[in-house]
Amino acid sequence: MDSVEFSRYLTMLTLSVHVIFATLGVGVPIMITIAHWLGLKRNDEHYILLAKRWTRGYVITVAVGVVTGTAIALQLALLWPRFMEFAGQLVALPLFMETFAFFFEAIFLGIYLYTWDRFKNPWRHFYLLIPVVLGSGMSAFFITTVNAFMNTPQGFTLVDGVLTNIQPLVAMFNPATPTKVAHVLTSAYMTTAFVLASIAAYHLLKGNRHEYHRKALALTMKVALIFSIATALVGDLSGKFLAEYQPEKLAAAEWHFETEGEAPLVLYGVLTETNEVKYAIRIPYALSILVHSNPFGEVTGLNDIPEEYHPPLVIHYFFDIMVTIGIWLTVFSLFYWIALWRGWSVIKTKLFRILLVASGPLAMIAIEAGWWFTEVGRQPWIMRGFMSTAEGATDSPYVWAMFIAFAFLYMILLIGTVVVLTRMFKRNPVEKELEKLSDEQRSVAK
Amino acid sequence: MSIEVLGISVLWLFLFGYVIVASIDFGAGFFNASTIITKKHHIVNTVIQRYLSPVWEITNVFLVFFFVGMIGFFPQTAYYFGTVLLIPISISIILLVLRGSYYAFSTYGTKGHFGYTLMYGVTGVLIPASLSTALIVSQGGFIVETASGRIDLDYMALLTSPFAWSIVALSLVSVLFISASFLAYYSSVAEDWDALKLFKKYTWIWSFPTMFTALGIIIEMKWHNPAHFEGLLALWWLFALSFACFVVSLWLLKTKRYGWSFIFVVLQFAIAFYAYGVSRYPYLLYPYLTIYDSFTNQTMAYALIIVFVLGLMLLIPSLYLVFKLFIMNKPYIKKGK
Repeated sequence: MDSVEFSRYLTMLTLSVHVIFATLGVGVPIMITIAHWLGLKRNDEHYILLAKRWTRGYVITVAVGVVTGTAIALQLALLWPRFMEFAGQLVALPLFMETFAFFFEAIFLGIYLYTWDRFKNPWRHFYLLIPVVLGSGMSAFFITTVNAFMNTPQGFTLVDGVLTNIQPLVAMFNPATPTKVAHVLTSAYMTTAFVLASIAAYHLLKGNRHEYHRKALALTMKVALIFSIATALVGDLSGKFLAEYQPEKLAAAEWHFETEGEAPLVLYGVLTETNEVKYAIRIPYALSILVHSNPFGEVTGLNDIPEEYHPPLVIHYFFDIMVTIGIWLTVFSLFYWIALWRGWSVIKTKLFRILLVASGPLAMIAIEAGWWFTEVGRQPWIMRGFMSTAEGATDSPYVWAMFIAFAFLYMILLIGTVVVLTRMFKRNPVEKELEKLSDEQRSVAK
Repeated sequence: MSIEVLGISVLWLFLFGYVIVASIDFGAGFFNASTIITKKHHIVNTVIQRYLSPVWEITNVFLVFFFVGMIGFFPQTAYYFGTVLLIPISISIILLVLRGSYYAFSTYGTKGHFGYTLMYGVTGVLIPASLSTALIVSQGGFIVETASGRIDLDYMALLTSPFAWSIVALSLVSVLFISASFLAYYSSVAEDWDALKLFKKYTWIWSFPTMFTALGIIIEMKWHNPAHFEGLLALWWLFALSFACFVVSLWLLKTKRYGWSFIFVVLQFAIAFYAYGVSRYPYLLYPYLTIYDSFTNQTMAYALIIVFVLGLMLLIPSLYLVFKLFIMNKPYIKKGK
């Protein structure tokens, strides 16, 4: 393997680790805000404690997110120097704004964390969350516009290798931006809600009957349902976007070779050496409907695209994983919500609780699969239509060594995070904290 | 002032901001670890924890800020520095990741494991050393072109260069000096007299080596890069001013005005830092890149400066808030006891 391959794998490794923490980083502040708000509004100490405990765990994930984020920020220039030299003139603006948003969030998160009992009016402490939520959302927005730009570059003219007529805002608000940003935000909120629901369900599965965990589960599952539906809707729009702007990515994802109307949607299956699809489920017309909202609409096939621009066909599996999990989680949370409302006892069975526990990790897998699909799906380009991945990569011969070093580092990091988070909450169960809280209140009342 | 000069001044400001906040942070980690070994940890522990906990994240952002701004204003630096510095900067990243994560793990997770603290201290000294390679390389003389037209870092030249090691030494001692001076002030606010005594001592210990190494580098520059040496000499009065601030800061330390003493330490470094920056004008990477030939397009430059001003309007009040709540706030700092 050469430096290009290793640069790709190292970038993939860093981003795959970072996205776990970035997703939680975007999603958890919203959940903390909701819980804290409910707690103050209803004067319910359970919700307040929920916000407190989530925040405590969140700090760990933010710390890891910050350091892996710093790693990827620096690695972009180390591994893709030619690309950054070129793109730096086009997307420096959103990159710069992302750091501002991140700075803003970091400052207020620090303040929120260390001022739990420093304000007489608890609402003032609560308001500190607004910049945290805004900052995390804005940094996701800005950084996603950069990624969107790499998929659909615009806002400049290239004349004999020289950039002219540069319009930073046009580059930022490129055709991929709306669907990408919306999908990133909704899926982050959705995934976080499921991850937190998993934790609550885990305690119930373990036989803990405390009111606190029931409240946590009901709240997170409701939020999860709302954002699952939103994610699915945006996902549909993303498909339509792909068909129009990146038909090769959609065609590769769907193993759609012939340009035709009445195109079926291909789910699962395997591909033979001669590009024949076997064992797949075909839903007639579905792809045409997805793309054109019309069963007879024509969908571009891979055979109409020059072979050197074909993305790897493996992205079909990533696409399947993402969509299957997405649909399952939407149906699952809808069912939970109806069952809760109608008082069905099925949601209290062991099996159902196991499914609840699984939902968080599943959502995270869908996030990873979705990013692999979108990133591998734009190969061979690093900047679609303008620069291939090989042209952007470093020619340094030491990338393999760095790959090994970072792989080892991330392993330590992930293990450390899991160990610390479990230890932190095992040693300090909810019951103990609630007791302490009511003791404090009693002493205040005296 | 041309927009290129404005751009580099903005970045220089961020780099300086990082140098100060990171120095305090790295030095605090070092003192935290070294006092465990010298059995004085109980004296400084509270002061350090109280300061570090709310601000350590902000420190990291300064670095990213400088770095992203650099690529924004001077995209060509991405090619040169990116290609050449793969190994040294990757080492810095690994150390930063270990430092940041272990700090979070040990502070918010399991309370103070000895290994964590030690690692935190060791990385605090190694990071400035590895990051200063970027500065060393930018002086010129360490980049070679291979037969295939590739550029690479001349590791042998780098590792055997007394000039390079002097810069590493300066970064180390100045980190400890800045940090000790700040922590002396911080313990005086906290009215933690034992900690104050110790940090005062550290400030004295690390003050003179800082001056010696800085002077040594100026002299070595004569052989390493004569043009830059001339530039430094032309600005002798600024370095003299910086030295005056150094003397004043020590005098203030002796007369127990710790806040002012720290301010003069910052002034001393600010003047020297800017004088050094001006003296290397117009080179970013000697002799490959000047600030003029690597500058980004005009549109982007103006957009960046507008965003920068807007961003500062948001950041300065927020940083002031942090300052008021955690650094200037006596009840907060003292509560740790």
